[in-house]
Amino acid sequence: MSTVVEKFDSVVLDVLKEIGNIGAGNAATALAKMISKKVDMKVPLVNVLDFSEVPEILGGPEMEVVGIFFKLEGEIEGSIMFVLDTNSAQKLIELLMPGISTDGFNEFAFSALQEIGNILAGSYISSLSSLSNLDIKISVPSLALDMAGAILSVPAIHFGLIGDKILMIENEFVEEFEKDSVNGFFILIPEVDSYDILLGSLGVQI
Amino acid sequence: MSEMLKVGMADLKVAKYPNALTTLGLGSCIGICLYDPATKIIGMAHIMLPSSKTIKNNSNIAKFADTAIAKLLDDMKLEGANVNKLVGKIAGGSQMFKFSSGNDMMKIGLRNAEAVRDILSEHRIPIVADDTGGNFGRTIEFFSESGVLRIKTIGHGVKEV
Repeated sequence: MSTVVEKFDSVVLDVLKEIGNIGAGNAATALAKMISKKVDMKVPLVNVLDFSEVPEILGGPEMEVVGIFFKLEGEIEGSIMFVLDTNSAQKLIELLMPGISTDGFNEFAFSALQEIGNILAGSYISSLSSLSNLDIKISVPSLALDMAGAILSVPAIHFGLIGDKILMIENEFVEEFEKDSVNGFFILIPEVDSYDILLGSLGVQI
Repeated sequence: MSEMLKVGMADLKVAKYPNALTTLGLGSCIGICLYDPATKIIGMAHIMLPSSKTIKNNSNIAKFADTAIAKLLDDMKLEGANVNKLVGKIAGGSQMFKFSSGNDMMKIGLRNAEAVRDILSEHRIPIVADDTGGNFGRTIEFFSESGVLRIKTIGHGVKEV
């Protein structure tokens, strides 16, 4: 059992924040390439929240949001989820494919979002992989459009195995030209044992 | 005036007539609703995991099916409910994300539902309504006046059980 995670102490938080920073930076670069536009990223906000507060940052437990979920495979086990509100999801699709109709989130919009999520989470995890010298890959994506509370119950339950808090990294991407901003949250969810492996590889004394 | 009291994630509450209880956006978690028809005392727990026994950090009793149900029964008894005459209704336990090679954690909704059924049966509480499974979220509202449980979803309708 990891004792580090129970505390989420300041050193661990700093390391996870830095991972978030670099990972999201990589993701922003990937996004910029994908849409052939300059994309800025605000400094990620790392939040350690109680379960009850989690859905509030996305507009409340009943707010409809998009979650794209990946399993982590390789030397660490766990998962990563990218969550964004429906407005941001629509903007992201429109940035990628201008002119496409996203009314009602049709199949086409879903597969576009899965692909965007794949690229963002993939570049996030590949930077984590090179930072830690661990072989980590992501699975194929699984997407859900539903109540924030329901979607976030998935990472909350995983974190629930080790404590009563959840760690989320908020990223805001801003497309330079039209100043369209897209708000998304990465939630990295290593399995209990993998936390120690990950932090150990990053040089954190446990 | 009746009030609608909110039960959060890993939380439990008891209410008396004419108040109601609600929990918003249940995913793989389970909303456990208990009702004493004679006194119209109701209780609701929003649990996240099946058992406190396999977890080291288990101080939050409302998080686990076993400890949450025990506490809910104690609290309802204190309010004057007859815990031998309770009926149960449960909702939630969905699998929000699908994977072909699912490990156990991906099927946590299913395991939660099984655990809740077993524990309620140990306490001899009949389950009169069971709306679990699927791949969508649920908001539930539980009314002390009638014992009716209203289940709301996005895209899967509203029903009362």
